[in-house]
Amino acid sequence: MIINGVSIDDTFAEAFGMKATRVLVTAVNHRWARHAAEAMTGFATSVIGCGVEAGIEAELPAEETPDGRPGISVLLFGMSGKDLGKQLEKRVGQCVLTAPGSAVFAGMHGDKTINLGRNIRFFGDGFQASKLIGERRYWRIPVMDGEFLCEESTAYTSAVGGGNFLVLAASQSQALTACEAAIDAMRKVPNVIMPFPGGVVRSGSKIGSKYSALPASINQAYCPTLRGVTDTQLTADIESVLEIVVDGVSDSDVRTAMQAGIEAACALGVRQGVKRISAGNYGGKLGQFHFHLHEILA
Amino acid sequence: MTALTLTLRDKPRHRIDLAAVRPDRLPASRPQDVARLTLNYGNRRVKLGELFDISGQDPNNLVIRNSCSLLDAIGAGMETGNVCIHGNSGNYLGRGMHGGTIEVHGDSGHWTASGMHNGMIHVNGNCGDFAGAAIPGDHQGMRGGTLLVTGNAGDRCGDRMRRGRVLIEGDAGDYCGARMVAGTIAVLGKVGLAPGYAMRRGTLLFEQQPVSIPATLNDCGEHTLGFLRLLLDSFSDLNSRFSRLDRNRLRVRRYAGDLACDGKGELLVWAG
Repeated sequence: MIINGVSIDDTFAEAFGMKATRVLVTAVNHRWARHAAEAMTGFATSVIGCGVEAGIEAELPAEETPDGRPGISVLLFGMSGKDLGKQLEKRVGQCVLTAPGSAVFAGMHGDKTINLGRNIRFFGDGFQASKLIGERRYWRIPVMDGEFLCEESTAYTSAVGGGNFLVLAASQSQALTACEAAIDAMRKVPNVIMPFPGGVVRSGSKIGSKYSALPASINQAYCPTLRGVTDTQLTADIESVLEIVVDGVSDSDVRTAMQAGIEAACALGVRQGVKRISAGNYGGKLGQFHFHLHEILA
Repeated sequence: MTALTLTLRDKPRHRIDLAAVRPDRLPASRPQDVARLTLNYGNRRVKLGELFDISGQDPNNLVIRNSCSLLDAIGAGMETGNVCIHGNSGNYLGRGMHGGTIEVHGDSGHWTASGMHNGMIHVNGNCGDFAGAAIPGDHQGMRGGTLLVTGNAGDRCGDRMRRGRVLIEGDAGDYCGARMVAGTIAVLGKVGLAPGYAMRRGTLLFEQQPVSIPATLNDCGEHTLGFLRLLLDSFSDLNSRFSRLDRNRLRVRRYAGDLACDGKGELLVWAG
């Protein structure tokens, strides 16, 4: 398959089942809501090293948030509900509670829940107050700029993590430009995040290492500087490879985001140095979700 | 099916206990079965058919016509269904109710919504003393649901209330929210003496500054409280003045107390 001169490999991305939750962070304006959201989604690129994968899903206008203030929707993905709950409490406690004027609300509703403010309330040292409004319980924690308002819990759901594609280009700047275009398109898709810095990762990995202590190491087949010494996947005209990893609330969300991203990268075309699109997998043996590039783009 | 309608024939000489007339427990479709229900009438027990004319079949929609303030315990303990009362209702309206709706086109008596767990009671008139309160011997009053009063409420509204919301469009009497354990009481009119007396937790939200506030509720100053937006939004589906309140009125003067009893409650008076 060739799109705009860009070759699409006949391969697939291999993704895994994860658990996802969404929280809505609000503040006096988008600037402060974003400060809180960016802090709570920092150091959250990979579950392997960070415990959770998290990112900003969307900026919400005041009329779409529970307390009528500007807000940010944040998605978090973990390997289990328990892991997700631990990380959520830590991150809300350290990054949202501390942000001036902030409040945080559940962004998902359902039977399976994890704590949001249930334990954070004890920061109130006995002065915290609960308010049951409708079926939902909120905690009001006195802080130095007023009150921190926090919903007691949020729901989580089964989700998909690790959808990906690789952009292979003639130079690093051209690979980066293509990825920026892809990320801009993918950020318009709801229910997904791209957890790596700017949505892009340059250190795609393989499982295992020659060093027994390491669970993962470089994917030398895609490292251009090792082209002459490894079983490379790169032709001579490719000097740089960047990867975009996408986590989604459902497999169709991941598929939609991958399609949007690949099409945006391909729109630049081979004349802009975008040579190939590929995807990372483990032979199909580890992840239960396979996203075949040719099917996505058909 | 048309609503099951009970029309009181004459003004009774004694109080009638209608606790047995629950929409979720009434025999369906046959008026003669309904007529055989036994009611406490003064110190006697009489058949319902001796006091009421019966028409309609749908017990889930119960209409009581020609009602008066001697009809007690209407909707007490009900879990589902709708009750519509034309005229006044007596004491214990919706006592211990677990669900469903009661609408009164008239006044209600004392202990309206006492021990209510869930559901909705809308009194299009005034209600007596101890609305949403605990009856003597009960540890807790209202434990959930909504009591909406279009007119005024009497004294001791929300006494020992545990959860839920009491919304009064008119005035409230003395000791509003006294000994309150938790929940929300909002009053758009005037409030009598000693609101929040001995309250432990919960929120009293007043449109007007009360004439007197107990000395053990301390003034914490004026603040903008974000949770009020959620509270005001929760009123939006009510057929009431509460649904038309400005949802951005978040500025209140906060009195915390009663410091003689835990002190975790609050009395909020809208600023400006």
